[in-house]
Amino acid sequence: MENNISLTLKVWRQNGPKEKGRFETYKLEKVSTDSSFLEMMDILNEQLINDGNEPVAFDHDCREGICGMCSLYINGRPHGPDDDVTTCQLHMRKFKDGETITIEPWRSAGFPVIKDLIVNRNAFDTIIAAGGYTSVSTGGVPDANAIPIPKVDADEAMDAASCIGCGACVATCKNGSAMLFVSAKVSHLALLPQGKVEAARRAKNMVAKMDELGFGNCTNTGACEVECPKGVSISNIARLNREFLKAKLQD
Amino acid sequence: MKLDSKIPQGEMAKKWSNYKANQKLVNPANKRKLDIIVVGTGLAGASAAASFGEMGFNVKNFTIQDSPRRAHSIAAQGGINAAKNYPNDGDSVHRLFYDTVKGGDYRAREANVHRLAEVSNDIIDQCVAQGVPFAREYGGLLDNRSFGGAQVSRTFYAKGQTGQQLLIGAYQALMRQVNAGTVDLYTRTEIVDIVMVDGKARGVIARDLVTGEFQRHFGHAVVLATGGYGNTFFLSTNAMGSNGSAAIKAYQKGAAFANPCFAQIHPTCIPVHGEFQSKLTLMSESLRNDGRIWVPKKKEDAEAIRTGKLKPTQIAEEDRDYYLERRYPAFGNLVPRDVASRAAKERCDAGFGVGATGLAVYLDFKSAIERLGEDAIRARYGNLFQMYEKIVDDNPYETPMMIYPAIHYTMGGIWVDYELQTTVPGLFAAGEANFSDHGANRLGASALMQGLADGYFVLPYTIQNYLADDISTPRMTGDEKEFVDAENEAKAKFEKLLAIKGNRSVDSIHKELGLVMWDFVGMARNKEGLEQAIEKIAAIKKEFYSNVRIPGSGEGMNVELEKASRLADFIEIGDLMARDALHREESCGGHFREEYQTEEGEAQRQDDKFTYAGCWEYQGEDKAPVMHKEELTFEVVKVAQRNYK
Repeated sequence: MENNISLTLKVWRQNGPKEKGRFETYKLEKVSTDSSFLEMMDILNEQLINDGNEPVAFDHDCREGICGMCSLYINGRPHGPDDDVTTCQLHMRKFKDGETITIEPWRSAGFPVIKDLIVNRNAFDTIIAAGGYTSVSTGGVPDANAIPIPKVDADEAMDAASCIGCGACVATCKNGSAMLFVSAKVSHLALLPQGKVEAARRAKNMVAKMDELGFGNCTNTGACEVECPKGVSISNIARLNREFLKAKLQD
Repeated sequence: MKLDSKIPQGEMAKKWSNYKANQKLVNPANKRKLDIIVVGTGLAGASAAASFGEMGFNVKNFTIQDSPRRAHSIAAQGGINAAKNYPNDGDSVHRLFYDTVKGGDYRAREANVHRLAEVSNDIIDQCVAQGVPFAREYGGLLDNRSFGGAQVSRTFYAKGQTGQQLLIGAYQALMRQVNAGTVDLYTRTEIVDIVMVDGKARGVIARDLVTGEFQRHFGHAVVLATGGYGNTFFLSTNAMGSNGSAAIKAYQKGAAFANPCFAQIHPTCIPVHGEFQSKLTLMSESLRNDGRIWVPKKKEDAEAIRTGKLKPTQIAEEDRDYYLERRYPAFGNLVPRDVASRAAKERCDAGFGVGATGLAVYLDFKSAIERLGEDAIRARYGNLFQMYEKIVDDNPYETPMMIYPAIHYTMGGIWVDYELQTTVPGLFAAGEANFSDHGANRLGASALMQGLADGYFVLPYTIQNYLADDISTPRMTGDEKEFVDAENEAKAKFEKLLAIKGNRSVDSIHKELGLVMWDFVGMARNKEGLEQAIEKIAAIKKEFYSNVRIPGSGEGMNVELEKASRLADFIEIGDLMARDALHREESCGGHFREEYQTEEGEAQRQDDKFTYAGCWEYQGEDKAPVMHKEELTFEVVKVAQRNYK
């Protein structure tokens, strides 16, 4: 049932990439437990604007858990205290009346802060540009049913492809590794005959780019899988390692 | 204003082939000398930018988000139509074409729709080659599902995340071109004006949303693929950042804005529940394949449900009114969106609505779960059920979902000819941003089809026909007077907003606009209400320009400033929508005028007076726009009262 709760918010404020950040504390009254976490942030911002202050900058867009834009680190967990959700799908019914909530941006060498809770995730695009595709141009492709694909493979590829590129895996990893993100793409394409053709090359190029951009190594802690809002499995990392080894053996 | 639709000669099924056979091309050496600006990275923008890059043009591609993959196409759930006829159930290019024209209530241009149906099959081939993991059968071939407004199963899907998978396919193709150096990508960058040189679109003024700096960009041609303007209503299924600003800039530079009042209200959205609500969440139309829509037959039952005394599961089968199945036995729960939305409103207005507000109906999976088992339903719609449960805190496997219509898509948009060129030479519009293919109502799974058709298979041809005459036009530096003037003008607009220093937040004014739109320009419209809406929108405009409060400055990132500049444009669109709705004295598709309905409450078109696209021409600040008509002629489709009974 709907209730109203009062909250104390400790929010990370940072004017720009080079400025030093700090926590600011805000009080918020009468927040409906039916509102989403981002709607609670809207209420905070409305209050800040009405009081003559600058609102808190945070990334968000679709607000239905698919665009991957929202990226808040809430009480020490990416996307907050609920499983299989993005921040926009987290609802205030997960919090208690009187609770103090700490809100920070993703923290990782690969994702520098732009302002307040907004970080720069362009590194993910750069990794995809290094090989996260099949090298086909528009037109001149075979009929869609020309190559049958076993349903289990298609389904498994779909599971890997459901990654939304939010970066929670990197944010939660103590090494700041992007292995879950990279492996999801490598797996998605390697599982399909259309992507298998250049699977090894893709793995090698994407891993090289990931290393170059300053992401850490994977030490199999499994934290990424726990925090992934789409439930992308770390078994993808094993598949990436196989593809990577194959590529190295071919060198 | 001249509206030349440039429909090619020949019979309908041969027009596109004839066009391609006779159009002008640009040879590879000359492609390297030509620059194309693509605004937007959704299905239409990303597919166009990637394809242009592959062909050898120099492309500059802009997005307001941090990555092309965030574009709102990503949120499309249900699927994409194509006329493959894999299920052998009688589908064909002709039938897809016919269904789309009929579904649009005979307000779309036949030739464009036919081309859309023709290239639909190529899209599926292309996406499979890119590695889009469409759903498959055990034999390894592609699976199809059915969707509203069709009697065949022609919808390809990837779980409930089809838009995501198609967009990622296009995004990956785009990033491949970024890697190859043919596409320059500008993220977190917003287009704030279009630059005109000698009557042609020759570039854009952009604003870097991180630094606040303005930039000048030249292009031999400019493509707008910036989506729809549903967020005029504040509450819609659109993403928070979706906006109509680029479309309004084009309109203000002389591009006609066609059929602005044609907005789609999607029947299956999670109902509104509080003032703090920021957006509405769609539940895919595919759910209507297995879900049955109902309200209680008795008003006292509905009342008891609203006050929490009864649960829906306690209502006996014979006391349920499956009103879509009752009214439309042939299509049942799969009637087109406009019909389903109005039927829900009719029941709720009559006092049979459920939920605390009485503005909701049930979407019930009980019989499907009994027939197929819970696991089968979970496999089909698991992610949607999970989404519903997270938002509403109720388990849809046990209790029926509550749904209500919400603004979802805008069929209206920038007027384009057959080549997708606007009335401004060199300015093209693709995807939801243009008005072209859906008439007065879009069928489910057709938006993804149109976005990718425009980007992969239409613009790569038609833009060459324009650019072939431009091969000796040298690149401009951006220091020309036209660019400098446009930049100064744009800067002045932002400074004007910052100088207001009023008392109200952008959102509070936007919510006020949204309520006026929903009450008077929403699901049911009438003359008196629309006249009131125009006055109210003018008052909101005045309030905005005298009382909006934007903290901070134009330097660095300023989210409130971005929102304010978009709201300024939503106010213009709202006014245009109300004017268009007022002038169109008929009911068709998503546009329902209460004065024009049959005795049974169905939409009544006035074909003798309104078989045209209403195209609005900008006349200057605070001057009433002028409407021009593109008359629609139907050579193939027999215009009839739509009948889904």
